[in-house]
Amino acid sequence: MAGRRAFLAGAAMVTLLPFEAAQATPEALAEAIREVAGGAAVREGKVKLDVPPLIENGNTVPLTVSVDHPMTEEDFVKAIHVFNEKNPQPHVFSAALAPRNGRATIGTRIKLADTQKVVAVAETSKGEFWSASAVVIVTIAACIEDVN
Amino acid sequence: MTWLRIVLMAAPVFAASLDSLALAQGGVDQRRSGYQDMSPALQQMEDDEMSNPGMLFVQAGAALWKQPAGKAGKSCADCHGAVDTSMKGVATRYPEIPKGMATPVDLDGRIELCRTTQQQAGKPAPESADLLALAAYVTYASRGLPISPPADPRLAPFRAEGEAMFKRREGQLNLSCANCHDTNAGKKLAGALIPQAHPTGYPIYRLEWQTLGSLKRRLRNCLIGMRTDAYAYDAPQYVALELYLMDRAKGMKLEGIGIRP
Amino acid sequence: MTNALIKAPKTAKRGETIEIKALIQHPMETGFRPGTNGRMIPRNIIEHFSAAWNGEEIFRMTFSPAIAANPFVSFFTVVRDSGTVVLRWTGDQDFRVEESIAIAVT
Repeated sequence: MAGRRAFLAGAAMVTLLPFEAAQATPEALAEAIREVAGGAAVREGKVKLDVPPLIENGNTVPLTVSVDHPMTEEDFVKAIHVFNEKNPQPHVFSAALAPRNGRATIGTRIKLADTQKVVAVAETSKGEFWSASAVVIVTIAACIEDVN
Repeated sequence: MTWLRIVLMAAPVFAASLDSLALAQGGVDQRRSGYQDMSPALQQMEDDEMSNPGMLFVQAGAALWKQPAGKAGKSCADCHGAVDTSMKGVATRYPEIPKGMATPVDLDGRIELCRTTQQQAGKPAPESADLLALAAYVTYASRGLPISPPADPRLAPFRAEGEAMFKRREGQLNLSCANCHDTNAGKKLAGALIPQAHPTGYPIYRLEWQTLGSLKRRLRNCLIGMRTDAYAYDAPQYVALELYLMDRAKGMKLEGIGIRP
Repeated sequence: MTNALIKAPKTAKRGETIEIKALIQHPMETGFRPGTNGRMIPRNIIEHFSAAWNGEEIFRMTFSPAIAANPFVSFFTVVRDSGTVVLRWTGDQDFRVEESIAIAVT
């Protein structure tokens, strides 16, 4: 159960992050990934990050992360973390998984403040970290409620 | 935005209107719903009822439909029974002139009338959660059906006013609705594709609002975008404009709860 | 009463991997948006989502303010015994919603 406790500690970190830190940057993104991976190498691969290449409004961007990796008691994906590059803070979500999920695939919808990179990191029970990234172009709708 | 004004003022004086486009080219309908102008990701979001956040409002509307309200203590269901039978096709025909009245109301206005006169409940506030939920639920009963404005001759002067509004230049940018939505539909306005502006998906879950909203709210957004005065919520201008828009979109299918950027 | 929509098969075979989808009404106010008075609208988000099958946790997710309003989640789980899946959302302003669905195993 050490894995789950570590995840919960990580989850607590997400909620305790200071939101006055107003602007995420590529450095903040790298730091957030380092926090999750510790000193371990994060390799590109195994993770498929499904986001539209262009979205007409950054308020609701559909996103699916799936990891091509077994989900057996001996070797399974134990967490998926998603980060962003230019929102006010670098986290998107963290999810804990176990062999009982059968498939390491999570779908949700996210907010992106601007055109930017999104990174998904998968953590396995053996301590491996795999990642994928994608750039989403965010355009703005015309004729909204604000005069700007 | 001066470049925009120059571009649009240079557009041909006798701009092709969609009335002619609908019948042009040997009868092929040139009209496109805003749905067709969206990316596949948003189209899928609209199509999947489990993914479409507008369906949360339909569910809320289903609960309200059965709930007794007002001094009369009646629910919508008490008079109208099942929504799929009593309300099927209704949203395709609005705005219309209710019995005993002289001016048209839109569907929201008709729901308000029921609330106040039949249920003797208070008048719902514009864009209130209850009104939107009921409008969503009633409109959902007409999904897939063609827009069918009624043939009532009394509607003609109101519809004509709506058409005049659509074609009249106004505001700081001296723009008419037609400048964008007839002449320049399909082109980009600062990165956003200009739709033809057919009311095929209303009430919509607009991603910009992060909630459901009415055609009126969207028209107000247009007026603000044009830098002109947005009329008060209960202004007759919105009903007149909707009458014209529904006629312009005659025959196009209602989508149910639309998603729009 | 908070509005939620859940989609899961009503029946499934033991050992099958099924998808559960959940949509809940919530503004997910980020805390980074300025209001009309120029000050930030206070944060109001759902922070945690979890699912338990007959009391045993099958999924857990932490949302940040970057999750879209009216949050949608889909995840997979391997079917074991017939029973009840309880989905729970908690967050700011003492937000706590639980919804249950029954799944029968054949």
